[in-house]
Amino acid sequence: MSAGQPPLDSPEIKRLSPVLGPGYTYGSVTDKISAIVLTRPTSLGWFIGFGIAFSIVGMLTVALGWLIIKGTGIWGINIPIGWGFAIVNFVWWIGIGHAGTLISAILFLLNQKWRTSINRFAEAMTLFAVACAGIFPLIHTGRPWMAFYMMPYPSTMGLWPQFRSPLIWDVFAVSTYGTVSLMFWYVGLIPDLATLRDRSIKKPLKVIYGMLSMGWRGSARHWHRYQSAYLLLAGLATPLVLSVHTVVSFDFAVAIVPGWHTTIFPPYFVAGAIYSGFAMVLTIAIPLRKAYNLEDFITMRHLDNMAKVMLATGLIVAYGYFFEFFMASYSGNKFDVFLVQQRLHGPYAPFYYALILCNILTPQLLWFYKIRHNVAVLFIMSIVVNIGMWLERFVIVVISLTRDFVPSAWGRYSPTFWDWATFIGTMGLFVMLIFLFVRVLPAISIAEMRELVAETSEENK
Amino acid sequence: MQRHADIYGVMGEFGTPEELLHAVEKVRAAGFECFEAYAPFPVEGLSEALGLKRNMVPAITLLGGLTGGIGGFFFQYWVAAITYPQNIAGRPLNSWPAFIPVTFELTILGASLAAVFGMLALNKLPQPNHPVFNVARFSHASSDRFFVCIESKDPNFHLEKCARLLQEVHAHHVTEVALD
Repeated sequence: MSAGQPPLDSPEIKRLSPVLGPGYTYGSVTDKISAIVLTRPTSLGWFIGFGIAFSIVGMLTVALGWLIIKGTGIWGINIPIGWGFAIVNFVWWIGIGHAGTLISAILFLLNQKWRTSINRFAEAMTLFAVACAGIFPLIHTGRPWMAFYMMPYPSTMGLWPQFRSPLIWDVFAVSTYGTVSLMFWYVGLIPDLATLRDRSIKKPLKVIYGMLSMGWRGSARHWHRYQSAYLLLAGLATPLVLSVHTVVSFDFAVAIVPGWHTTIFPPYFVAGAIYSGFAMVLTIAIPLRKAYNLEDFITMRHLDNMAKVMLATGLIVAYGYFFEFFMASYSGNKFDVFLVQQRLHGPYAPFYYALILCNILTPQLLWFYKIRHNVAVLFIMSIVVNIGMWLERFVIVVISLTRDFVPSAWGRYSPTFWDWATFIGTMGLFVMLIFLFVRVLPAISIAEMRELVAETSEENK
Repeated sequence: MQRHADIYGVMGEFGTPEELLHAVEKVRAAGFECFEAYAPFPVEGLSEALGLKRNMVPAITLLGGLTGGIGGFFFQYWVAAITYPQNIAGRPLNSWPAFIPVTFELTILGASLAAVFGMLALNKLPQPNHPVFNVARFSHASSDRFFVCIESKDPNFHLEKCARLLQEVHAHHVTEVALD
C-alpha cells in the first residue's frame, strides 16, 4: 500500500500532522472506536441533539402530509416557475452526497491514507443526503403515489417511460447511485459488524450484529475476494459519481432556457457537488471528533486536506461562473446576455452577490495555513460554503425561469412557509440519521484503521 | 493414518501479522493443503503465502456489467423503437445517443450488484455459524489476534503432529476446534 509514498520521517511529511496519533495498536483502535457504540453511556448531548432533530422530522411529516392532502399549490411555485424549492433542494442534497463517494472511492484508488478515518461517516452522509434528495423529485411530481410510472414495468396500458428525457435519466442515475452507495457502505461495514458482534456482551446485540455481519470470520480466502470486490466497487463508483451530477446538470443543460443551455454545466456541477460535499463532511467531522474525542483519528491533517480540496473545487466553480458570463457575452445571443445582466441587476441580484461572497470570496481565506488550522473558523466556513452552494442552485433555477424569452412569460417566485418547512425538515431528517448512525454503527472503519496501524508500524521500523 | 471425524481441526493463535505469515509458510511447507488463516484486517502478502490464485470476482463483475449495459441498451431500443414507438417530427426511433446515460448507469448497476453478490456467494456468506467460532479466543480474530487453523479433512492431518507444528512456529495458544 505504501509504494510511492514518501517515508514517514521525510521532511515533507514531518511538517504535517500525522494521519493517526502515536502509540496505537490493533487492540486500542478497536477498543476506542467500538466503545463509542458498545460501552460508552449515551450522553445527554446526544439525547438533546437527537430530540431536536426528531422534532424537526415531525415538522417534515406534517409538511409532507399537508402537501399530499392539498397538492403542490401550498408551495410558492407557479407558471412560469414550475421548478422551485423542490429542485433547488434536490440538487443541493444530491451534490452534498458526492463528497462521500469521492472520499471512499476516488481517494481509495489514489491510495490516499488520510481517507481511512473519514470514509465511513462520509459514506453514511452520502446515503442520508441521497435519502433527503430523493424526497424532493418524488413530492414534486404532485402525485407521489403515482411515481412508479417512471419505472419501466410492463403495465396493462402498454405504457413505457420516455428514455430520451433527462428526467428519466435522473431516475436511473439517482437510484443507481443510491444502490451502489448503500452496497459500498455495507461491504465496508461487514468486518466491523463482526467486531461489534464479538465484542458486545448483551445477547440481543450479539444476535443483531451477528446477523448483519453475515457470519464474517476474517478468513484469508474471504479477505482475498473481499479486497477484489472492494477495489472493483471503488473503480465503479468513481465514474458513477461523476455521471450522477452530470445527469443532474442535463436536466438543465438539455433544455433551451437561457442560462441553462450551456456545455459547461456538467463539469461545473460536478465540481460544485464535491465542493459542497466536502463542506458538509467538515460540518460533520468537526463536532464529531470533538464530541467523541477522536482528535487522534481525525487529525488536523484531515481537516487541512479537506480544506484544500474545498479551495481547489471552489476555484473550479469560480471558473464556471466566469465562463457563464464570458460565453454569454461572446455568443452575442441576446437572451443569454440579458440573462447574465439580470443576475447582476435583476430582482434576484442580492442572491447572486451573496452567492459570490459565500462561494468565491470567503473560501480564498483557505489559502492561509493559519485559517486551515483554526477549527472554529473552518467550521463556520464550511457552513458558509453550504449556504453558497444552495444559493447557486437557487440563482440557476429561479433567475432563468423568471426571465426567459418574452416579457409576457416573466414572473416572480417566493417560497412559502411550507417550502421552508419541507426544506428545514429534510435537514432535521439528515441530522437525525447522523445521530442514529454514530450511536449504533462504528463511525470510523475499524478494520481499515487496523490496517493503517500495521502500515505505520511497518514504516517506523 | 488417523481419522478425526469428530473435530474440525487444530487452531494456533498469533500476535502479529509477521508471526502469522511465518506460520502460514511453515504449515504450507509441511505439506498441508486444507488450512486457513484468519486475520482482523487484510494482511499484505497473506494471499501469496497461502498460494491463493486469482479469484472469480472480477470475471463475475465484468459479466454483470456487460449484462447491465447490453441488456439496458437493447431494452431501451425495444421500448423506443418497437413496442412503444413515438413519431416526434419524424426523428429516428432508434435515437441511440439519448439512450447512453441510462445504458451507462445500468452497466455500473449490473457490475456493482455482481461484484457484491458474487463476492458474498463465493465466500458462502451469510453463514451465521462456523466451527471456528467454538474457540473462545477466536472472538479476538476480529480485533487484535491472528489465527491459523489446520483442518481435519486434510489427508495429512494428525492431531498431535499438527499441534506440535503450530507450537514450533510459536503459536501463543493451540486449541482443538470442536465440530459443534
